[in-house]
Amino acid sequence: MHQIACHECDLIHDIPAMPSRAAAVCVRCGCVMFRAQANSIDRTLAWTTAGLVLYIVAVSFPFLAMKNGPIFNETGLLTGIQLLFKQGIIPLATLVFLTCVLIPLIQMLGLLYIFVPLKMNFRVQYAMPVFRLFKHVKPWSMMEIYMLGILVSIVKLGKMATIIPGLAVIAFGLLIFVLNFALSSVDSHMVWERLEGDL
Amino acid sequence: MKVTRASALQLGLISCDACHLLSRKPKAPAHGVAYCPRCGEELHQRKPNSLMRTWALVIAAMVFYIPANVLPMTVTTALGSAQADTIMSGVIYFMTHGSWEIALVIFTASVFVPFLKFIILIYLLLSVQFKWVKKPKDLTWLYRFTEAIGRWSMLDIYVVTILVALVKLGFLANIEAGPAALYFALVVVTTMIAAESFDPRLIWDVVEEKHE
Repeated sequence: MHQIACHECDLIHDIPAMPSRAAAVCVRCGCVMFRAQANSIDRTLAWTTAGLVLYIVAVSFPFLAMKNGPIFNETGLLTGIQLLFKQGIIPLATLVFLTCVLIPLIQMLGLLYIFVPLKMNFRVQYAMPVFRLFKHVKPWSMMEIYMLGILVSIVKLGKMATIIPGLAVIAFGLLIFVLNFALSSVDSHMVWERLEGDL
Repeated sequence: MKVTRASALQLGLISCDACHLLSRKPKAPAHGVAYCPRCGEELHQRKPNSLMRTWALVIAAMVFYIPANVLPMTVTTALGSAQADTIMSGVIYFMTHGSWEIALVIFTASVFVPFLKFIILIYLLLSVQFKWVKKPKDLTWLYRFTEAIGRWSMLDIYVVTILVALVKLGFLANIEAGPAALYFALVVVTTMIAAESFDPRLIWDVVEEKHE
């Protein structure tokens, strides 16, 4: 049994030993304080590995192509970012790069950095700062919104030309789900306790 | 679950924002900053300067919202003639050309969501500042709601990025990002940071103060 304070209303709760997959919900404001996960380490590692494979496909293969008569223009995930950069709108290019390319990668590499040592029972330096960073970047990972942006663009250009989705778009779409499964398999309480216990 | 019905603040405890460890509040922290004994995160009883920061960011975002809507988001050149489109002209184009679903999606993400966030954040700020807290649970829900919807405003930024990449047909057709795109990105980023700087525990502090 241990005590935690609800992070949205500060009320103290005594938390008994939690059955797996149970959520601790604040009795006053109703927010989910945390959720225990069954088999967190294995599931997180499995989804993260799958995610990294999809990520490599998403950044390296053709993303979208536009075809209009003899004209064929093929683009990658990074093409738009590079063009914005060239047009001198650097803050915008950086923002798109961070939210759709770099932060998802940081999330996955961060998870590997934390969970591989937990699985193999060894210690790494800076595990706690890495896990803190992982928590802080989470709201800035926005691939699902980019996907909606692709749909809007396809409709927008539909009358002008044919848009051909490439292999990378499929990988990108799957990656959204896979990364979400990886994130929801993370049992933060278990991680903090293990990281603390290992010291 | 047994509940003691007291907040960490009332018991002299402090909860870590990152790892949620409860620790005793240090009496005189070194250099004025206390760190979590478990994970090393800076400890704050409440988010620092929460109300002031949130006000500043909301006002900044409202200022950016004006050029974001007035200036062109994209500039399309086709066969030598250029056309500038604002967010609203895009919405109207879709409405009149039969895809009202897309018009609705763009309007919701780009115009309505940021506006709703301003209203909700200002309402939350005023509620805490003037201690108008009647239904704290509803206010906390509103806070959670603003935190969740804000990111969807990035939609138009991504659409511009994708269009810029795809429509590169030299003289035939070419799309470039307009000045509004930058202001619009600033609106999204500042409102997201504003929601993050607001501390929902302040709502419950008002309730506890009234009971004492």
